[in-house]
Amino acid sequence: MAIEVIIPTPLRGMTNNLDTVNAEGATIIEVIDNLNVQFPGIKERLADDQGNLRRFVNIYVNGEDVRFLQDKLTAVKDGDEISIVPAIAGG
Amino acid sequence: MSEPYFSSLKCRECGRLYPKKAVHVCEFDFGPLEADYDYDRIKAALSRQVIESRPKSMWRYRELLPIDGEPTVGLQVGFTPLVKADRLAKVLGVKEIYVKNDTVNYPTLSFKDRVVSVALSRAIELGLKTVACASTGNLANSVAANAAAAGLDSYVLIPADLEQSKVLNSLVYGTKVIGIHGAYDQVNRLCSEIAGKYGWGFVNVNLRPYYAEGSKSMGFEIMEQLGWKIPAHTVIPMASGSLLTKIYKAYQEFVKIGLVPESKFSVHGAQATGCNPISAAQKSGTDLIRPVPKPNTIAKSLAIGTPADGYYAVRAMEQTGGSAEDVSDEEIIAGIKLLAEMTGIFAETAGGVTVACARKLIDSGKIPRDEPIVLCITGHGLKTAEAVADHIGKPRLIKPSLREFDSLIEAELAEAAH
Repeated sequence: MAIEVIIPTPLRGMTNNLDTVNAEGATIIEVIDNLNVQFPGIKERLADDQGNLRRFVNIYVNGEDVRFLQDKLTAVKDGDEISIVPAIAGG
Repeated sequence: MSEPYFSSLKCRECGRLYPKKAVHVCEFDFGPLEADYDYDRIKAALSRQVIESRPKSMWRYRELLPIDGEPTVGLQVGFTPLVKADRLAKVLGVKEIYVKNDTVNYPTLSFKDRVVSVALSRAIELGLKTVACASTGNLANSVAANAAAAGLDSYVLIPADLEQSKVLNSLVYGTKVIGIHGAYDQVNRLCSEIAGKYGWGFVNVNLRPYYAEGSKSMGFEIMEQLGWKIPAHTVIPMASGSLLTKIYKAYQEFVKIGLVPESKFSVHGAQATGCNPISAAQKSGTDLIRPVPKPNTIAKSLAIGTPADGYYAVRAMEQTGGSAEDVSDEEIIAGIKLLAEMTGIFAETAGGVTVACARKLIDSGKIPRDEPIVLCITGHGLKTAEAVADHIGKPRLIKPSLREFDSLIEAELAEAAH
């Protein structure tokens, strides 16, 4: 078992064009660190130097925005689905 | 020919520069791209006299709009009336209030003609043949009409449950109207996917850096029409929050290039309580926008649950000492009626939101009663007629008889005497 992470189009260049990848970790930031081992450079696209999520990157765990959970420290477990979604335009 | 004024696109977050193409998001950190200008050159080229010598449209400020050549779409858009509303001022208990009346903007009776004329002029410069948008109605109307006039193919994508007249006002121009079973935010997400796949110019997706700048013209006009000064208070409806941030930018730009004196001003944001993600954030002192998953308000043109510029709108209010407010459907209808009865201007639901929020901000002391106020009224009431249809009475019906008319007037006088 692993955690499934859905990768948005702008980042697929870093994931060999995979739209879904598997990762491990107990929190969002651990998952991001794990992704960075598999796909070097992806972390700095998602988080700033201090490891805080970038303002225009939205991460959802099972459909819930992590900013309204525990942000980068939100706990995740095997079987969870994580989506990375760039903020959208419109209006 | 390439104009020197509009230099590049720039990420609002990290400042990376991008070529002036159909792109809207920074590849590095996904921050929004914004038009950047050479203000020294603009300052040298633009004066009050130069502007005043030009035709009365939004294009009199063209050096501050993001196109390379001369505009080709929407040449008559803008320069709508700024109406001093003394009867409204009296009812609201304030000294001086103005209505920036974009209900009569050309050609589709909302402020969206401003943004669309920039986006489509740029689309043509970029060689795009098909344009499109995600819309709550007004934008769809404007894209449909302006694309028709320019000879561009167009698609407009809207939530399936929009007001009848907003649907009709798109269809009539021969555009392809696609109704989506879902809320605006779902329409929007679909459009982001389509824009990448089909290579169309989506005015509020991949052309958004150009589109959004068009809103500045409303701010430029307000300053010029007030006699080249910034109003102390501007109340602005918020959907994505873009209009508020761009009016703020317009005020700053005129100061920067010396067209108006620097003065203290506040921008205030107005939302409907049934979809108030920006107002809720501002009121609770955070810039973290909590999305509204299921907007529920008669102000459908403001019903954006995940506002793209919410963060920047909250920041603009904070930086200028402004406040946000939100109002119920009943207050929106009362706002529409108040504006109509006091100024003769019939606004759509978003206008009711602006008037009702202004009233609350005045009554709570957040807008002082002795400083000038401008209300941005962005769309015409006939577009959302069904929202007020059951709240404004009915005509009294009589036979063509003088006797019947006399008794009707008698009854009315008797009632008034009570």
